[in-house]
Amino acid sequence: MSDNKALAIIVSVIGFLIALALNLFVPDKQDVIQKAYRFILIALSVLYLALGIRALISRDYAKKYIFKSKFIFAMGIVLAVWDLFSSKLDILEMPFFPSPGKVCMVFIDEYEFLLQNVYYSLRLFTVGFLSGIILGIGTGILIGWFARVKYWVFPVLKITGIIPAVAWMPFALTIFPTSFVAGAFLIAICAWFPVAFMTAQGMATTQQVYFDVAKTLGGSTWYQLFRVALPNAFPNIFTGISTASGLAFTTLIVSEMMGAQGGLGYYINWSKAWSAYYKIYAAIVIMAILFSLILKVVSLIQGRVLRWQKGLLYE
Amino acid sequence: MSKELISIDHVYRTYIDANANKVEALSNVSLDINDGEFISLIGPSGCGKTTLLRLLAGLDKPLSGKLSIGGEEITGPDPSRGYVFQQSSLFPWMNVEKNIAAGLVARGVYKDEKSRVQDYVDLVGLEGFEKSYPHQISGGMAQRVAIARSLINNPKALLLDEPMGALDSFTRADLQDKLLELWKKKGTTMILVTHDVDEAIYLSDRVVIMTPRPGEISEILPIELGRPRDRGSEDFLELRGHILEKLHLASTRIEPEYTI
Repeated sequence: MSDNKALAIIVSVIGFLIALALNLFVPDKQDVIQKAYRFILIALSVLYLALGIRALISRDYAKKYIFKSKFIFAMGIVLAVWDLFSSKLDILEMPFFPSPGKVCMVFIDEYEFLLQNVYYSLRLFTVGFLSGIILGIGTGILIGWFARVKYWVFPVLKITGIIPAVAWMPFALTIFPTSFVAGAFLIAICAWFPVAFMTAQGMATTQQVYFDVAKTLGGSTWYQLFRVALPNAFPNIFTGISTASGLAFTTLIVSEMMGAQGGLGYYINWSKAWSAYYKIYAAIVIMAILFSLILKVVSLIQGRVLRWQKGLLYE
Repeated sequence: MSKELISIDHVYRTYIDANANKVEALSNVSLDINDGEFISLIGPSGCGKTTLLRLLAGLDKPLSGKLSIGGEEITGPDPSRGYVFQQSSLFPWMNVEKNIAAGLVARGVYKDEKSRVQDYVDLVGLEGFEKSYPHQISGGMAQRVAIARSLINNPKALLLDEPMGALDSFTRADLQDKLLELWKKKGTTMILVTHDVDEAIYLSDRVVIMTPRPGEISEILPIELGRPRDRGSEDFLELRGHILEKLHLASTRIEPEYTI
């Protein structure tokens, strides 16, 4: 078993070390400053070495680490091949396919500007997404609980909800005072629909026996709504939130590309205007990391709220 | 004789079945139940025993007739009449402790009476399972939680709708004894719906035998056996034979295998 672990550590790290050796010892054909790329390769090697040490200590984690080691190795090899065909052999066409070294240098050269835009995106996303979720749960509760609201509002929700939020952009930009508010509005309405729909559905599928129990225990209508129907809808609400997050990422970037004064979408547009495609790659890498982190946060909250389901569902 | 707690007076109730036929679930049913009594309603499915229990809970209303408790007419559900459902009815998003405390929260007295939750966990013998969720405990344990959840409201009457119907026979016998123990300790009036003749005789002061279509009471049988009862005794078997005959379940009377 410990042999397996040692092997897994070597496999994980060696891909990045191959990429590093190739970058160091094969002469460049393109004019690239390689220091950022080299630093990142070293950082990744150290990271996976550290995780490997954790695997030596924790049995649970070791399983996961050994399982993933082949994939981590492949990541290093892909970087090495990419580097070989770009900066080393100059086969990939510039400016559309820059070398990893050129992309990584953006993180150093435009450090401050990128950070500003990441902050803008994060703030816009948080404001829009949270208000969309709150609005969605609120609407969902009203539809799920009051037959009359369902009659009048539900069809409207079904029709307006399937319209991609960005279609409202021209109006949003005219109506709202700043492009930030307009963007937040668009993200909010795209999150609103799936969350409202799933909340209403989750409440409507509450078993009658739970209401009967609540009644015989002395529970008021209020209790039946907030302690029975709403908790019953929580799994659905999180399905709605997961669906909404994908839509919200799209809306975030599109709305930033179409009129915002900052954000990663704005950065992409701005880079395109200068034909600096290597910067677009850098922004895409940041997006991948940022959105993964947001999804991770959502799933952590979900795991906490739905901890009663642990072991109940097939995972 | 102790004083009367519940009065069921000429109650009539129909329902519409899956084929859109009107079924007379209860026809002209009258019954008085004494305070602190353990009473069982027994009969084949469709005899209206669950309907009667739901009327007592206030979850449904009679089409005619009157039900009252302590002289007051039953108009709706109330925590003074606890109800234990046949299927698992624990809130899956609450752990054992929270489920038992649900009645306190529902009545808005949780803050003041929080300390009683542990007493009721202990009362049904679930120490150590306070933080478990319903899907992590067995069916028998789940019904104990359901019973504790109702009892924490100090009901005058506990309505039990085949709470042991889905349990294996060992768990069932165990829960029957637990129920008797709680009944003695708390003095709560128990009204049990069952289709198990042995269970009805083993537990009750009186067994109410019901017949279907239309649902009505065919006999009220007092069980004058001392407790604890021996399921194999001659008297027990005789009562069993009588009830089975009444229910037309036994073509021949079951004789004890030996007599002393």
